[in-house]
Amino acid sequence: MFWPILACYACWIAPSMGWWFPFTGPTGMKAASPLGERIDDLFYMILYITTVTFVGTQVALGYVLFKGAAATDEGNTEKAWYSHGSHNLEVIWTIVPACVLLFIALYQMDVWAQFRIKDSFPSETKRGAIAEVTARQFEWRIRYPGLGPDGKPLPLMPKPQPTDLYTVNDLHVTVGTPVMIILETQDVQHSFFLPELRIKQDAVPGLDIPVWFEASKSGEYTLLCAELCGWGHYKMKARMVAETEDKYLEFLQSLTKSQNYDGVPETPAAEAPVATTAAE
Amino acid sequence: MSTVDPAIVTAPGHGHADDHGHGHEHHGSFWTTYVFSTDHKMIGKQFLITTLLMLMVGGALALGVRWQLAFRWEAMPIFGQLFPAQGGQISPEFYTMLVTMHASVMIFLVIIPILAGAFGNFLIPLMIGADDMAFPILNMLSYWFMWPAIFCFGAAFFSAGHGAAGGWTSYPLLSALQEAAPGSGMAQTWWLFGLTFVGFSSMMGSINYMTTIINMRAPGMTLFRMPLTIWSMFITAILQSFALPVLTAAGFMLVSDRMLGTCFFIPSGVVVNDTNPTVGGGQPLLWQHLFWFYSHPAVYIMLLPAMGMVSDMLACMSRKPIFGYKPMVYSMAAIAGLGFIVWGHHMFTSGMNPALGMTFMVSTVMIALPSAVKVFNWIGTLWGGRLVFNTVMLNCIAFVSMFIVGGLSGIFMAAVPVDIYIHDTYFIVAHFHYVLFGATLFGCFGAIPFWFPKMYGRLMNEKLGKLHFILTFIGFNGTFFPMHLLGVSGMPRRYADPYLHPYLEHLLPMNQFMTCCAILMGFSQFILLFNFFYSRKFGPKCGRNPWNANGLEWSAPSPPGHGNFESVPNCFRGPYEYSDPNHSEDFWLQTDQPVKRGENPPPPAATH
Repeated sequence: MFWPILACYACWIAPSMGWWFPFTGPTGMKAASPLGERIDDLFYMILYITTVTFVGTQVALGYVLFKGAAATDEGNTEKAWYSHGSHNLEVIWTIVPACVLLFIALYQMDVWAQFRIKDSFPSETKRGAIAEVTARQFEWRIRYPGLGPDGKPLPLMPKPQPTDLYTVNDLHVTVGTPVMIILETQDVQHSFFLPELRIKQDAVPGLDIPVWFEASKSGEYTLLCAELCGWGHYKMKARMVAETEDKYLEFLQSLTKSQNYDGVPETPAAEAPVATTAAE
Repeated sequence: MSTVDPAIVTAPGHGHADDHGHGHEHHGSFWTTYVFSTDHKMIGKQFLITTLLMLMVGGALALGVRWQLAFRWEAMPIFGQLFPAQGGQISPEFYTMLVTMHASVMIFLVIIPILAGAFGNFLIPLMIGADDMAFPILNMLSYWFMWPAIFCFGAAFFSAGHGAAGGWTSYPLLSALQEAAPGSGMAQTWWLFGLTFVGFSSMMGSINYMTTIINMRAPGMTLFRMPLTIWSMFITAILQSFALPVLTAAGFMLVSDRMLGTCFFIPSGVVVNDTNPTVGGGQPLLWQHLFWFYSHPAVYIMLLPAMGMVSDMLACMSRKPIFGYKPMVYSMAAIAGLGFIVWGHHMFTSGMNPALGMTFMVSTVMIALPSAVKVFNWIGTLWGGRLVFNTVMLNCIAFVSMFIVGGLSGIFMAAVPVDIYIHDTYFIVAHFHYVLFGATLFGCFGAIPFWFPKMYGRLMNEKLGKLHFILTFIGFNGTFFPMHLLGVSGMPRRYADPYLHPYLEHLLPMNQFMTCCAILMGFSQFILLFNFFYSRKFGPKCGRNPWNANGLEWSAPSPPGHGNFESVPNCFRGPYEYSDPNHSEDFWLQTDQPVKRGENPPPPAATH
């Protein structure tokens, strides 16, 4: 009896000990994306069903063991129950689990379609990808489109452009709206994993895969690799920063500035050098 | 399907009429007795001992993994002396080798050979009343081929990179391009050769088992009088024969990509480690489809025989018939059949066509159904029984209990959206260890003492058996149950140092606890080994039927001589006639003559 009790206790204290869904990010105990929240809901639904089944079957097992042990107590010479089975029971315990399982399968299809079927992507992603994320051994290289003359990001082109901006291990997105990235890999397979948002997609050599997600709250989130890619698989540590539209544009502007920095110090009175740089 | 023609009498075995028909007590040399033996019992015992030793090797590799996760970058005691170049430390590339080889050894050199090679070989002819396998020489070759396999996997250790490091799943391009990882050089090629040899061994075995079961059953042994062990071995052999060629072909294609310049799996333009861009034209996902098309049936290959054996042992130790014999047979067939159409559930996040995610989800979720039916039937078998709580029974109860956990955790990953999150995390690791270790291996730990008396004519020690059980059970649950929590916390697999990531730092104490439990569990296996080898020589002798069981094997001497039975056995009833109210004993051998109404029954056939 000790071990089941210990296991129950461990499960009870699990969330407070941090042995549960990651909640070190800004959203606390909730998943950090709407899709993630739906995934968590599905997880909990399955957890309830399997817990009921688990308790039921283990208690039944314990009960028959207990009764069976008593049957061999001193003085009890009764033979075991000579039964080859029960047709009715077989029918019941085939049909009922089949219905439950089919329900679980069909109930989930919506969420999957939303995540992966392009026609079901949120309409905001139809504007195009905001960045191209290329995984390589052992880092994440991110290519953003440059800023246009109006200060807004240009469309991301499939091929690298002179205006493109690059970071390593630092993915910025706008918060509160679905964004889409194009996931690629330069060498072997990797996997784009945002644990707090519950997003994962393998990066396959030769494929450009659109991945969309929505960060619910501003903050810094973990990005890491989830497909064995060599000895440095564990150290592909990166961050995903979700921020407001203004901060996002500020970030791109600072990237532009450092990319275009040519070593010539800015003189306070001269406006023209800045304009020239922006026009490039 | 033809059964044995009753008019043909197979030659009576020249095992002596007494119970000491030792298979190896004829005056042959070491070579004829052991190396060139075509006796299925000898080959079965050879498989058993080889796989038990490989179990220790695989376990040691796992302890290396657990050491790194608990005490990262510290020198490993005892085993650290084997890799002095790094001061006993486990480097990141060594870690990837450890996870790869732990899985490869356990799957290909332990679980599959122990179920099919050891127990399948030993039990099939005995339980169906045949004098040997249909193809004894092929049988001998299937054991021989294990040794080149072991040699190839071992050679990988001594190659550059200290062993294949692409995971046991060996996904290209990590495994296809030699520059992709230190272990992707010659070591990976050795690994692929090892895989091919194991594949040949299994395929040879599967042909043998199917033919023997279909053609060589004793008179009266209809298909539905076969013990569930035989049904499980039969269905497993069908799985092996249909699925393995796909893996072998995929292995050849990968070797070809590595050594002959083909590009089955290599797309164009890939640059790894400053090499020239690849010529390409191939698809990495193709490997995943081919690999998992075998490897998913493989997991049922690694489960069904244990299910069959546990059914037999539970019926015997409960002194009751199996609850729902035909549903049990149909469930095993359903598991096998459905097992061929679920392979994509390993690839939900892989980038394959998302519509496949829907189809594979439905088939995967449905495969839980026959497994559930079997669990209910096992509980039904125990219900109302007179239970004998010996080592065999304890291990079988653990099988049922742990299989419930492993089966239920599988439902989470069958659900595609949930799998998006838990794929490649420790949740998956927990699931498959619960079904492979918690179920299959505990089933083997029960089968070994159950059939040991038939193999060696002696009993294993009960006290040591129970001690081994309780320590293994505690260590197992302590090691693997927390992995469910680690997985939900988002800890990825195959990470040499997960604590580099702040959201995982707090999981270190739990990992240390798990490592301590793993060390306890690992060293407890020495109790089993000691019990096994000690009892072979010094265990108490026993007669033909120490467990008062019903199968045909229990009417043969312990151990049986060549030819197994003194004369062709006849089968008169099913294998689970325990506690028949109209019968004086609480068991009824399948070979016992039936009784005409009003007559006195003949004396029991099994004399001690």
